[in-house]
Amino acid sequence: MADKRTTEDEVVAELADGMTVGIGGWGSRRKPMSLVRAILRSDVKDLTIVSYGGPDVGLLCAAGRVRKVIYGFVSLDSIPLEPHFRAARQSGAVDAMELDEGMFQWGLYAAALRLPFLPTRAGIGSDVMRINPELATVTSPYDGEELVAVPALSLDVALVHMNRADAGGNGQFLGPDPYFDDLFCMAARRRFLSCERLVPTDDLLKEGPVQSLRINRMMTDGVVEAPHGAHFTSCDPDYERDEDFQRLYATAAGDPEAWATFERTYLQLPSEAEYQAAVRAS
Amino acid sequence: MTAAATLDEVCVVACAEAWRGDGEILASPIGVVPTVAARLAKATFEPDLVLTDGEAYIVANPLPVGRPPEHKVIEGWLPYRTVFDVLWAGRRHVMMGATQIDQYGNQNIACIGDWERPKAQLLGMRGAPGNTVNHPTSYWVPNHSRRAFVERVDVVSGVGYRRAAETGESATRYHDIRLVVTNKAVLDFDTPDHSMRVRSLHPGVTVDEVSEATGFPLVVPEDLAETRAPSDEELRLVRDVLDPSGLRTSEVK
Repeated sequence: MADKRTTEDEVVAELADGMTVGIGGWGSRRKPMSLVRAILRSDVKDLTIVSYGGPDVGLLCAAGRVRKVIYGFVSLDSIPLEPHFRAARQSGAVDAMELDEGMFQWGLYAAALRLPFLPTRAGIGSDVMRINPELATVTSPYDGEELVAVPALSLDVALVHMNRADAGGNGQFLGPDPYFDDLFCMAARRRFLSCERLVPTDDLLKEGPVQSLRINRMMTDGVVEAPHGAHFTSCDPDYERDEDFQRLYATAAGDPEAWATFERTYLQLPSEAEYQAAVRAS
Repeated sequence: MTAAATLDEVCVVACAEAWRGDGEILASPIGVVPTVAARLAKATFEPDLVLTDGEAYIVANPLPVGRPPEHKVIEGWLPYRTVFDVLWAGRRHVMMGATQIDQYGNQNIACIGDWERPKAQLLGMRGAPGNTVNHPTSYWVPNHSRRAFVERVDVVSGVGYRRAAETGESATRYHDIRLVVTNKAVLDFDTPDHSMRVRSLHPGVTVDEVSEATGFPLVVPEDLAETRAPSDEELRLVRDVLDPSGLRTSEVK
């Protein structure tokens, strides 16, 4: 079994301007934030971000790294609207492809299965079809029903965060919801997994049942041990969302001076370790 | 003697009524009042409803909103991707919010203004397009006003009756917009052309008040009922069990 251990900065070194990057998790839950922060430390730009969006989208938009966002929603969960994403949309700074959130899953699944599209009723009759003129419908060859052909959302890179993993890139979720992280990995050419804790392969089943091994090593190219790597999003059961910090993040968004302070204190740091130290000191 | 029902409690019961008769399907409430309402429906007249804790568990016992429960009776697992399966299979009735809603039940939660360059970006489409063409949908609008009840929505997230009819059978096949519950009234689309109708007025509210707060003409039946009052048992459940912190009051304008 290949040893796929790597670091956030090495992962980001594989990114190039203009790439399409899928980010796992859901809203402000189990986001690979240490990898997102590593992107912020790099000079990668013009990314297309594909995400059940949360602060991953907000941070990358605020830093001007995003050309386009593909999403069904962008939310901080306990704070319904993501302020940085809103600002980016309202100023026209980013292009958007806005889908129904079930269509979004279908697009990832189509890419995972190497299909050009998957059919669904979701989207039919709504303005999803108007605002995304590239979307087409197909007619069922069996009964003539017209269905939306959700195009494959193929990714250059997928970034996901798991509770546990081994050095070979097998990943384990221990919270109640796997989200769509396996689909993100399967939809991507290069797949990177961060985790709260690396454990020996033989210990994975001591951590959780076999059903929690949602990601297997065929689906990953690199694994990063990142304790608290999902901060400030939740990483159930290892930790809950840091609501105080999220509030600080969201509030600072409304005030350029407060945002500059937030960036200086937490984002313009040379390493993830220093971010974690700054959070502990706050 | 139970203290008289307040407006928020009338709204809770009115929302609960949306799920009456639904049986063994997933009730998906969005917002505090709909959540208390769905749990009330299950605890009283609709015991077979399937409810989650708002995360990935199907929970059998009545949970309070806004505070950790003493005990969760977990009867099943429903992570997000399984919700989409249930949704597309049609065994679900959602009650969503609506930043804007029109005469035929088109709903907008995506953005205000031109989608290309919105004045205000809101949640995004979320699941509204898929919900509305796959299973029953109701709406909870806590602030009945001309800002919300508009002649034309800026973006169609949830598909209304006229749009569904114009689109064709794939949109109408499982399309079923049931109720719109507001802080003033209960409305439905039980008219020949599926245009919005007043179904009942909350206590003390007049037809003129509702019409005044609505940006399009409403169908008003002659024998207009008052929204039913909560029973003592419903009030006890809402106040003591389902929402002991009173979160519902802050949602009703």
